[in-house]
Amino acid sequence: MIHSLFLINASGDIFLEKHWKSVVSRSVCDYFFEAQERASEAENVPPVIPTPHHYLLSVYRHKIFFVAVIQSEVPPLFVIEFLHRVVDTFQDYFGVCSEVIIKDNVVVVYEVLEEMLDNGFPLATESNILKELIKPPTILRTVVNTITGSTNVGDQLPTGQLSVVPWRRTGVKYTNNEAYFDVIEEIDAIIDKSGSTITAEIQGVIDACVKLTGMPDLTLSFMNPRLLDDVSFHPCVRFKRWESERILSFIPPDGNFRLLSYHVSAQNLVAIPVYVKHNISFRDSSSLGRFEITVGPKQTMMPKSVLNMTLTPSQGTHVFDPVTKLLSWDVGKINPQKLPSLKGSVSLQAGTSKPDENPTINLQFKIQQLAISGLKVNRLDMYGEKYKPFKGIKYMTKAGKFQVRT
Amino acid sequence: MTDSKYFTTTKKGEIFELKAELNSDKKEKKKEAVKKVIASMTVGKDVSALFPDVVNCMQTDNLELKKLVYLYLMNYAKSQPDMAIMAVNTFVKDCEDPNPLIRALAVRTMGCIRVDKITEYLCEPLRKCLKDEDPYVRKTAAVCVAKLHDINAQLVEDQGFLDTLKDLISDSNPMVVANAVAALSEIAESHPSSNLLDLNPQSINKLLTALNECTEWGQIFILDCLANYMPKDDREAQSICERVTPRLSHANSAVVLSAVKVLMKFMEMLSKDLDYYGTLLKKLAPPLVTLLSAEPELQYVALRNINLIVQKRPEILKHEMKVFFVKYNDPIYVKLEKLDIMIRLASQANIAQVLAELKEYATEVDVDFVRKAVRAIGRCAIKVEQSAERCVSTLLDLIQTKVNYVVQEAIVVIKDIFRKYPNKYESVIATLCENLDSLDEPEARAAMIWIVGEYAERIDNADELLESFLEGFHDESTQVQLQLLTAIVKLFLKKPTETQELVQQVLSLATQDSDNPDLRDRGYIYWRLLSTDPVAAKEVVLAEKPLISEETDLIEPTLLDELICYIGTLASVYHKPPSAFVEGSRGVVHKSLPPRTGSSESAESPDTAPSGGPAADQPSVIPTQGDLLGDLLNLDLGPPVSGPPMATSAVQMGAVDLLGDSLLRSDVGGSPAMGGSGGSFTPAPSTTAPTNVGAPLGSGLGDLFDLTGGVGTLSGSYVAPKTVWLPAMKAKGLEISGTFSRQVGSISMDLVLTNKALQVMSDFAIQFNRNSFGLAPAAPLQVHAPLAPNQSVEITLPLNTVGSVMKMEPLNNLQVAVKNNIDVFYFSTLYPLHILFVEDGKMERQMFLATWKDIPNENETQFQIKDCSLNADAVSSKLQGSNIFTIAKRNVEGQDMLYQSLKLTNGIWVLAELRIQPSNPSFTLSLKCRAPEVSQYIYQAYETILKN
Repeated sequence: MIHSLFLINASGDIFLEKHWKSVVSRSVCDYFFEAQERASEAENVPPVIPTPHHYLLSVYRHKIFFVAVIQSEVPPLFVIEFLHRVVDTFQDYFGVCSEVIIKDNVVVVYEVLEEMLDNGFPLATESNILKELIKPPTILRTVVNTITGSTNVGDQLPTGQLSVVPWRRTGVKYTNNEAYFDVIEEIDAIIDKSGSTITAEIQGVIDACVKLTGMPDLTLSFMNPRLLDDVSFHPCVRFKRWESERILSFIPPDGNFRLLSYHVSAQNLVAIPVYVKHNISFRDSSSLGRFEITVGPKQTMMPKSVLNMTLTPSQGTHVFDPVTKLLSWDVGKINPQKLPSLKGSVSLQAGTSKPDENPTINLQFKIQQLAISGLKVNRLDMYGEKYKPFKGIKYMTKAGKFQVRT
Repeated sequence: MTDSKYFTTTKKGEIFELKAELNSDKKEKKKEAVKKVIASMTVGKDVSALFPDVVNCMQTDNLELKKLVYLYLMNYAKSQPDMAIMAVNTFVKDCEDPNPLIRALAVRTMGCIRVDKITEYLCEPLRKCLKDEDPYVRKTAAVCVAKLHDINAQLVEDQGFLDTLKDLISDSNPMVVANAVAALSEIAESHPSSNLLDLNPQSINKLLTALNECTEWGQIFILDCLANYMPKDDREAQSICERVTPRLSHANSAVVLSAVKVLMKFMEMLSKDLDYYGTLLKKLAPPLVTLLSAEPELQYVALRNINLIVQKRPEILKHEMKVFFVKYNDPIYVKLEKLDIMIRLASQANIAQVLAELKEYATEVDVDFVRKAVRAIGRCAIKVEQSAERCVSTLLDLIQTKVNYVVQEAIVVIKDIFRKYPNKYESVIATLCENLDSLDEPEARAAMIWIVGEYAERIDNADELLESFLEGFHDESTQVQLQLLTAIVKLFLKKPTETQELVQQVLSLATQDSDNPDLRDRGYIYWRLLSTDPVAAKEVVLAEKPLISEETDLIEPTLLDELICYIGTLASVYHKPPSAFVEGSRGVVHKSLPPRTGSSESAESPDTAPSGGPAADQPSVIPTQGDLLGDLLNLDLGPPVSGPPMATSAVQMGAVDLLGDSLLRSDVGGSPAMGGSGGSFTPAPSTTAPTNVGAPLGSGLGDLFDLTGGVGTLSGSYVAPKTVWLPAMKAKGLEISGTFSRQVGSISMDLVLTNKALQVMSDFAIQFNRNSFGLAPAAPLQVHAPLAPNQSVEITLPLNTVGSVMKMEPLNNLQVAVKNNIDVFYFSTLYPLHILFVEDGKMERQMFLATWKDIPNENETQFQIKDCSLNADAVSSKLQGSNIFTIAKRNVEGQDMLYQSLKLTNGIWVLAELRIQPSNPSFTLSLKCRAPEVSQYIYQAYETILKN
């Protein structure tokens, strides 16, 4: 199972190490540094690196490499999934996950890591349970602790850990009982030069924030459950009920959690909500080119030989970074009467031939109160408790990896 | 106030100051000090000097302080074992604490302290905790057994913890079950032979119940464990599949992939006509697609696995091509994997889309990726015949872009397309020639030269083109040089009049001015060919080349089946079986897919694995050639010659022919150097005396072999009488019988070839499939004269054990291909293991004793050798002849005990104890070996030696 964990920052310093079995020398990370050197960018470091005696599995998030060391045949997804869970837990504990914040909270981090794995086997990874074992640092608690001498380590066995509903603690009490659900959909799409869709798919999630007293038992039904044929659930959802009745029935964890994620493939897709008209041309003779984009794009990568760009937007602000050759245009709100556009000229490095590759436009947008797949929640019912909760549902569509080729 | 304050130091000396604080009376100060110590530890500073001071803080009712001290202990106990003993009392006391959290914490921490002395004290508390009333404690204790096993395996067995752990599989709490399974799996991994996870329908049922209720990580352990189970029939397989399917909707991708593994494996048992089979196929696609929307690292592992799944069952994802389209900001490792899968999924239905995408990728920024994309277009052309034309025109478009590396890659793949579809696209050669000057990479240059040579008759200025390359001959890489040599010889054979000078120039460059033996040899071969018999040269060099196919980049079916069993593991990421890379390859159990039951052809019981030949004692001809043929030809058919090249008699021809074929097969997308030489590497088919190619050694060696062939059973180990391996009726009149022998350190295969057909046989050659001990011919098959009807010839074929290794079932199975001028024949035979016993197999007495103790008891196997009337001394000397050495002899209560050792060619030691009772004709043989799977065959060897 997982032997050790090393946290490495962008400049290649190991700033934290944790061993769950015998100590593995940090020199093992040299193999990682080698791979890092070979990769052009941090994102391109391969996630599985073999070394003579160990395997290094890494994830790269928040500009930190989380490198796990394993020695025997372990499912790599298990390790990678766990590493992501570690990052999520840090984020949950400290709000952000960065080198500074980890160093600032090194003891808590260490205690949490110790609770998460035992001998390399996952022990407690649900943030609910972890927070009962090791309380997250807050300013108030630090003050109280220093005065009263109490600790931020829970001394009782977390109640949920062994019950049938390990994700929920008992004895939850709220004065305002509320349950909010956010239906968030992201479109991943590739649009080709002529504007036709090459591929498009929707990744949807339903994130919930449930603050309900006691042990509520919820059911959520949809107007059009047929859309959801490829779903993954939070462990709390009763799978049998979904299979037979297409209803989500569950005892929710306390607080924020992801109830469901789903995937709608291109076949069912409604029209793409945004279009981009572009005209980017480089000329062979002069070192100038033309550039024109209409509607809501945000990011474009320009070829290496582009020196600078002189552009005027009809609205919003734009920035061109001459080092990374990245042009960003923050459009703001789109007014359908007057479509935003960005126009101007491109100046190329003198003497070089015109670039071979075409820039790709990366789009970011948000549409409120719309789930692009057409998914609609029908109703939410609560059983098991007497009070009347406040319920709310929000829809949102975002661009995921939305790319327009030029 | 943050923890970073713990990192600040004062001038006085950090350690000194911390020591003072740790011994302070104030609790708060103590705790802060321990925190500082931990902080230093996390960044790799050595704070072990503070050990006694920190351990002193352990006796506390403050849980946080206690935990911190424990963290420290785990890190440093090993360096201070004597001090660590101080902590034992507290641990033992804590294991009795009323608070389950503290009990669990104590037992957990104790297991992490890897000090032998402490483990002794750990046993009692651990035993109690394994039976604790609180499941939290039990589940922690289960993992602790695995920890303890890692430190001291013997102790765990002696204390009976393994049995307690097995009992926990039936625990009422699913989390305890999951942890017990996880612990047992880990222990089993280091102890492959121990049958720890003995799965039966009852325990499977328990696991399936626990599966629904335990944590996500527990589900992974249980699913991986389920995958090792072999259901007894298709109904059981189906019912397990039904209960595993809901896991496909889990949010944790590792759970999903483990579930996919179980389903892929058990699906093998379901009949394809079953409705359920179709349903299952449909259910597998969505979760796999969903894995691709996860983080890039997860995507990578998923893609590597999908690559296997697509090869095994292409129908699952055949409609999902689009999800593999590359996004420009995907990490490069994801891009390359997606590309590979796109080609595997390419078919006539979607080829247009795929090509449009590939063309798009060819204009990307990343050079590596662009190259792969261009190659992919070539692979599509070879794979989907209907698309070839479109692919070629796409490639031509790309060549027009004049981007240097794109042009070079395009030329390399166009060469492959020519090999696949000869005489179809040669019209593009003119365009290719335009780009001759821009090629600077060896592979592209070699490809272009091959094209020019191959189509010399259609290129007017072929001689000029090749001549221009010749100018810088010595600066070219070997690949290009070889290709240039072949191309010019081809050109000469096609247009002899104008190119005589050119060919002489290149031959002298290759033979006189080059230091490269390959190049020189090839030059000599051509030279002699051209000078002796130009007609034959033409036949050889311009021979028709077999077409290449797209199958070469696929994983070999048997390997693929094995890898399917390893879905989700590192093996699936490397596409290699664990034996190929797991350290020491101990504990690797060969896994195989279950055979399909329920379908018409196989009513076998599930324990006979589908791979391997029939396990009969008699050598048998393999009934279906299809599979084996594939295997044999996929072999790394490197030249079977280990010494200098043998003399070229007519016989040689066959062997090299076989070699030629294999080169061609492995050539798709490969180097043109090999492609071009496929038909032309064959030396002269001259029937003259074997004085060719500077190897007069050859005939001498041949003589030597003849000599040894004659002295068959002079000394050395026992040689069984020859048996018929390949009956004449199965091999178009060729009968082969033979046996194996070992003399003075060399193994040989004694063969008798009998021609029972009406025509003369010639051109014999032999090849072995990969086998368990790497047996391979050490010299080519030497049949000096053609074999006339009703004639037979005795041959001794020397063998070595440096061939490639693959575990066979049964272990001593050897699959052989023999070729003659009529056809290729296949048979398999079992070789006696004693031919592998080496001469230096005598172990030192002391060493023997130590090793005997060291090998765990479960590796010991006992056999009875019946009806043997020899006495101990006779036995000993008889065995000695076959390199089984007696190390000691003892007489215990009237019985003779012989202690013996032997060593196999691959370095495996086998220790034996042979008990002989004077009155009783059956002997008892106990064998101990680190690789217990050989024991059975060693026993067979004993029996054959003793009874003959």
